[in-house]
Amino acid sequence: MPPDASLLDYLLRLADTDLVLAQRLGEWVGKGPVVEEDIASTNVGLDLLGQARMWYGYAGEVEARIAGTGRDEDAFAFRRDAHEFRNLLLVEQPNGDYADTLARQFLFDQWHLLLLRALSASADERVAGIAAKAAKEAAYHAERSADWVIRLGDGTDVSHARMQDAIDGLWMYTGEMFTAAPAGDPLAAAGIAVDPAMLKAPWDARVSAVLAEATLARPADGWMQKGGIAGVHTEHLGRLLAEMQFLQRAYPDAKW
Amino acid sequence: MYAQMVDTGVRSVKDAAAMTPEEQAFQARIDADVKVEPKDWMPEHYRRTLIRQIQQHAHSEIVGMLPEGNWVTRAPTLKRKAILMAKIQDEGGHGLYLYSAAETLGVSRDDLIADLHAGRVKYSSIFNYPTLTWADIGAIGWLVDGAAIMNQVPLQRTSYGPYARAMVRICKEESFHQRQGYEIMMHLAQGTPEQKRMAQDALDRWWQPSLMMFGPPDADSVHSAQSMQWKIKLLSNDELRQRFVDQTVPQADYLGLTVPDPQLRWNAERGHYDFGPIDWREFYDVLKGNGPCNRDRIRTRVKAWEDGAWVREAAVAHAEKRAARKAA
Ligand SMILES: [Fe+2]
Ligand SMILES: [Fe+2]
Ligand SMILES: [Fe+2]
Repeated sequence: MPPDASLLDYLLRLADTDLVLAQRLGEWVGKGPVVEEDIASTNVGLDLLGQARMWYGYAGEVEARIAGTGRDEDAFAFRRDAHEFRNLLLVEQPNGDYADTLARQFLFDQWHLLLLRALSASADERVAGIAAKAAKEAAYHAERSADWVIRLGDGTDVSHARMQDAIDGLWMYTGEMFTAAPAGDPLAAAGIAVDPAMLKAPWDARVSAVLAEATLARPADGWMQKGGIAGVHTEHLGRLLAEMQFLQRAYPDAKW
Repeated sequence: MYAQMVDTGVRSVKDAAAMTPEEQAFQARIDADVKVEPKDWMPEHYRRTLIRQIQQHAHSEIVGMLPEGNWVTRAPTLKRKAILMAKIQDEGGHGLYLYSAAETLGVSRDDLIADLHAGRVKYSSIFNYPTLTWADIGAIGWLVDGAAIMNQVPLQRTSYGPYARAMVRICKEESFHQRQGYEIMMHLAQGTPEQKRMAQDALDRWWQPSLMMFGPPDADSVHSAQSMQWKIKLLSNDELRQRFVDQTVPQADYLGLTVPDPQLRWNAERGHYDFGPIDWREFYDVLKGNGPCNRDRIRTRVKAWEDGAWVREAAVAHAEKRAARKAA
């Protein structure tokens, strides 16, 4: 892939992952276990949505460099089908109960923070700028979700069992976060993107420490599901998009 | 505001001669616009009426998250999605300020929530109507938040300090919500024929329920006189309703939408719009539980509360473990 085409693909991975998780968090609105949590979780969703919009904005500019014109954020979000989405499989997994939602958030947040901090030093100034801004928000997210994993893991017997179950169930979607860039990837070579494999050790350390404090067992690294980055998703994404994209698809000529 | 029928527990307003010296001193402070604070003496009926009113308002904010939450996942653009999420988050915040204000009167939030779930306390009738299209999100911001502001701006001067202060914070945010709702309507009204139809349909469905938000006509409003003497209500239902109509009709005109009331016309003599009768049977029906969404709203709230029980219990258990470890 030429450099700009790889960059576009990379930006869409970041944007789509943020958007899909924001969409999942949006499903909780008004239904959280306590109003304070409703507000906090919507806050995380709003941050992620804002980050997605920044990544899409830049993706549109990069696309314009390649093709003469670039799509806007809504064209990216609402007018692509599932196979064009580049998000991680982890974030499209259904909300489940509050343990499932928080476990998904925790596993993602710890990775996201490391990624954004690394990207803050990207050779691409725009990437670095967006990542630096997003990293501040992600730091709060990572702390909040780790805190909840500890509270639920080391809470009651019921909450412990639910959180362990949630972590176990989602573990197979974590491998995708560390898929190494293909050999000769121009972005890694140019110092624009981060080699995801480099995030694995610090992620492991942080996740293991939190799980230990939560009195939870760290699952073994067994089979890992992959596909999101290549546009091959779980069954859940199609439905998520059908709901999200409904108005734009039903009224294609309308401006909102 | 979302408290439409607040029982004051009294059938007639006492004049000074019938008041105890304590009550006289209390009323004198209210008349002098001195705020009542949580530690001050207050008549029991005043306290109970306030709890009911603030509680109804708080529950309305929380239940009100549901009809709008219905469109978060289907908002038509990312910007609209972000605005809507932020708005609903504000409403949750309003609920929290109001629960806190109620707690200063000696009740607990859990008890208030139990009252809501058991149907002992109402929330505004308006949230028992469904959001069927995206235009309903515009109509809610424009009309429902608009009516709420109309009601709440005077309440910033209400006699109970914590309530008045909560209102100040809330009113600022509500006016954002109203503008954002109107902006949605504007886009629809200037949009495709389908969008215009959506906008008109939303106005058709939300107009009367919005007028009902101010509560029954003054003539039938038995509890208002006492609440007005206590300054926990500052303008009458009909006065507020008239203000709302006067403000909103020109806004509808500007959108090119038709207010669904054939009797609506400007009365130059009064300097107000005249408007047709409101179907109060519908209002009382909805209050009784027969609105299109009463059952869904309460079931959703109860389910969220029950599904969240283990999370709340775990948080408490963890905090206790921490405290015990610290002490050890
Ligand atoms: Fe309100
Ligand atoms: Fe509100
Ligand atoms: Fe509002």
